[in-house]
Amino acid sequence: MPTDAGASGRRDLPVLRDVVDRREFVEKVAAACAAGLPLMLGIVAVPGAGAQTQDGKPYNATEHYYGMGVDTSKCIGCGRCVNACKTENDVPREPGKFNTWVERYVIRMDGEVEVDSPDGGIAGFPPPPTTETNTRKSFFVPKLCNHCASPPCVQVCPVGATFITQDGVVLVDQEYCIGCRYCIQACPYGARWFDAEKEVAAKCTFCYHRIAKGLVPACVEACPTGARIFGEVEGRATPLARFIRFNDIQVLKPNLNTRPKVYYASLDGEVR
Amino acid sequence: MEGYIYPNEFELHWSLLIVLYPYLTGLVAGAFILASLERVFNVKEVQPTYRLALLTALAFLLVAPLPLLAHLGHPERSYEIFLTPNSRSAMAMFGFVYAWYLAVVLLLEVWFDYRKDIVGWAQAAKGPKRWLYYALTLGATDVSPKALHFDDSAGRWITVLGIPSAFLLHGYVGFIFGSVKANPWWSSVLMPVVFLLSAIVSGIALVLVLYMVTTMARGKSIDMPCLDKLAQFLFYAIVVDMSLEVLDFIHRLYESEESIAILSRLIEGRLFMSLVVLQVMLGTLVPFIVLGLTTHSFRPRPLIQVPDELRRLLYIVSAILVQIGIFSMRFNVVIGGQLFSKSLRGLTVYKVEFLGIEGLATTVVLLLMPLVILWLLVKLLPPWQDAEATAPGQS
Amino acid sequence: MWLPLHQFGVIMPQQVPRLLLVFALALLALFVVRRVLVPDTFGDIGHYRAAAVKEIAARPIKYAGRAVCETCHGPIAEKRLAGNHRGVGCETCHGPAAAHVASPIDVKPTIPNTREFCVTCHAYNPSRPTGFPQIDASAHNFPMPCKDCHDPHAPVPPVTPGECSACHAQIWRQKALSHHSQLPCTTCHQVQEGHKTTPRAVRPTKPRSRELCGTCHASGAAGGPPQIDLATHGTPYMCWDCHYPHFPETR
Repeated sequence: MPTDAGASGRRDLPVLRDVVDRREFVEKVAAACAAGLPLMLGIVAVPGAGAQTQDGKPYNATEHYYGMGVDTSKCIGCGRCVNACKTENDVPREPGKFNTWVERYVIRMDGEVEVDSPDGGIAGFPPPPTTETNTRKSFFVPKLCNHCASPPCVQVCPVGATFITQDGVVLVDQEYCIGCRYCIQACPYGARWFDAEKEVAAKCTFCYHRIAKGLVPACVEACPTGARIFGEVEGRATPLARFIRFNDIQVLKPNLNTRPKVYYASLDGEVR
Repeated sequence: MEGYIYPNEFELHWSLLIVLYPYLTGLVAGAFILASLERVFNVKEVQPTYRLALLTALAFLLVAPLPLLAHLGHPERSYEIFLTPNSRSAMAMFGFVYAWYLAVVLLLEVWFDYRKDIVGWAQAAKGPKRWLYYALTLGATDVSPKALHFDDSAGRWITVLGIPSAFLLHGYVGFIFGSVKANPWWSSVLMPVVFLLSAIVSGIALVLVLYMVTTMARGKSIDMPCLDKLAQFLFYAIVVDMSLEVLDFIHRLYESEESIAILSRLIEGRLFMSLVVLQVMLGTLVPFIVLGLTTHSFRPRPLIQVPDELRRLLYIVSAILVQIGIFSMRFNVVIGGQLFSKSLRGLTVYKVEFLGIEGLATTVVLLLMPLVILWLLVKLLPPWQDAEATAPGQS
Repeated sequence: MWLPLHQFGVIMPQQVPRLLLVFALALLALFVVRRVLVPDTFGDIGHYRAAAVKEIAARPIKYAGRAVCETCHGPIAEKRLAGNHRGVGCETCHGPAAAHVASPIDVKPTIPNTREFCVTCHAYNPSRPTGFPQIDASAHNFPMPCKDCHDPHAPVPPVTPGECSACHAQIWRQKALSHHSQLPCTTCHQVQEGHKTTPRAVRPTKPRSRELCGTCHASGAAGGPPQIDLATHGTPYMCWDCHYPHFPETR
């Protein structure tokens, strides 16, 4: 199918270019919709309809245990993940409110480390503060809530408003949270923030509303280079299993024994 | 801001209100420990301050939850701490420790100590005050020697129970900070102990100031042996508190863990005024030297004999400096712990609001409120021995 | 005393039953309030409100996921999966499309036609991993839209890149500022043409012997590059075990 790029200005209905005439198009769409209907119903959730997987069975949390992989050698610092997360989860586009963000590390020739994260990296990164000849190495590190297996944030919540689910996701019950912010203080990774509108604590949910339907989190969906890998820590064979098998894995701040479930490959020693 | 902070550390989450809460509960615990000196340890000299210390503790305890409620995102859900407390959370202890201390320790002790007088005031008063006093007796109007003896021994047992309760009341606050492994400034075994000891220091200092101010306001003469004893205990408390804080400091420097670089920058920069100047020099060293020289702590005679008027002045100045120092200590812990990034790579600033619910104005109001309540309590339940014979409001 | 306990031989001061009554009432109030106010599902699974999990799972979805796009846009998806953007999801560029899946005619995703969008990923940035194709945004065919030469669904450079700097810009720039700036990459690396079109499948070679560096650095010529005695200097290591060839001035 030739793509006459630029020959005409009409790029707003690309599908039309792939079919012969309009009637055939309508038939194709109708057939596709009929075939994809269960798929679409599973994906576009009706609030309160309950989570269903793509094959229509009700979601059973005890059958899963989620984790995530991050390959920093693949991250290009484009910030699509940060943007997708804020869109998907209605996170305010203000400083200091990030479920996920990207950091840039610039290690100079003299060994000094400069770290920055302009607006979380949501619009990419400007040129680094140090020139090429003064840079020994430089890389990006995506960060997010580590959904620790021993979460210190869950330990300190006075009322039981934050908890870890049976499938290993740390969530905040925003109808129950009293807004004391102890969990934000207790997180060693700076993953939590305070939602000033709802006046409760907020954080990355691993896009629980997506993974319960068999989708991947928005940041994983949006990443163009495959730097984020989603899957299960044990039991099922998922992309995460391969990632852990074939890479030397580290976690952030292992000495705190929070047992994070976000596994980093190619994590430089300077990353905190 | 300098260096790198995690994006979510852009704002500080625990403000002046959270500085205020440990300060207020510290005064409660300290005032109560002072009262227990007379009741349990039979330090007769401080008897004139006994009831005043109890009422002070009560006044401050009543105000203590208010900064917490003002800080919460959803204060209307605060009852959840009582109904579904997370047994693993130190903060969840608040519900029980506070309720226990207020109801079982403080209110009961005040009740047992005052009951005989309340019965007398109920009989002597007229109008609505009469009903108020009768309600306060809970109907137990028996003032026979046997009943009074029961009051006295019950009060003593409650005070004995109250001492570890006071330790718990303020110790758990220290544990709230000390148990946060994510924050190297807070995470320390000594935190609950240092909090408690500084609470005792501030409580004794507060009662000293209040005793002097109220006595002078009433035009009575100050009981100098009492005041000297208070100052002496204040000195002892300062010595113990200071020793532990110095130990913590030396220990950190010696171990020199990864956080030492950013914490050094924190102390030399952001916290220099509030820690080095206010907390250490003015709040600890100056009172330590002044009280060490003028109190009877070392030998039957003080190191420097000072006439009564000057000694009173030195005591009250020292006590006020102590208050400033202990408030700074709470500030340095709470705010200081949030001024550096958990990435250990940067520092941020605390922008104090003036108005607004977490602002300076609210803090000042909440600091004055216990004094107002104390004034009301003193009116209702006068702690002065010379007023016991007559009903309050009558001369 | 109003409690007739003295009948059982228990003598209790008046205060005790009054206080016990007050405390008993308080405890009773606590239990009643607890029954009323604690949410129904609290404690079902753990120390939290079990209903919260369902509420969070029922939140609306904005990104449909690349699998769904294929059901209607099959040919484009196939083209993408065979090209260089095979790892890039549809919504990475076209934005959240769940609303479009729900009503395909009424709601259309965006089509990012501008240079600024492609440049978000492909502008030169030294922190990006080596080998990632990057351009100098202000110079490369400015101000034409990228799609005029590159099909976004299967992007290939319209002309095979002549310079290594097209993908290895950070190394190129660092080398350009060093003493090795006049040396083409092929001085040390043998590159077959296949590397420019299928870079991971066909790799350039890396030097294996010290003699290669010795060509300039052990030639005995005066006034030129620094000279060393190849037989003794730094044996048994290779030159690049210690020196960084792309920027030899540094360590």
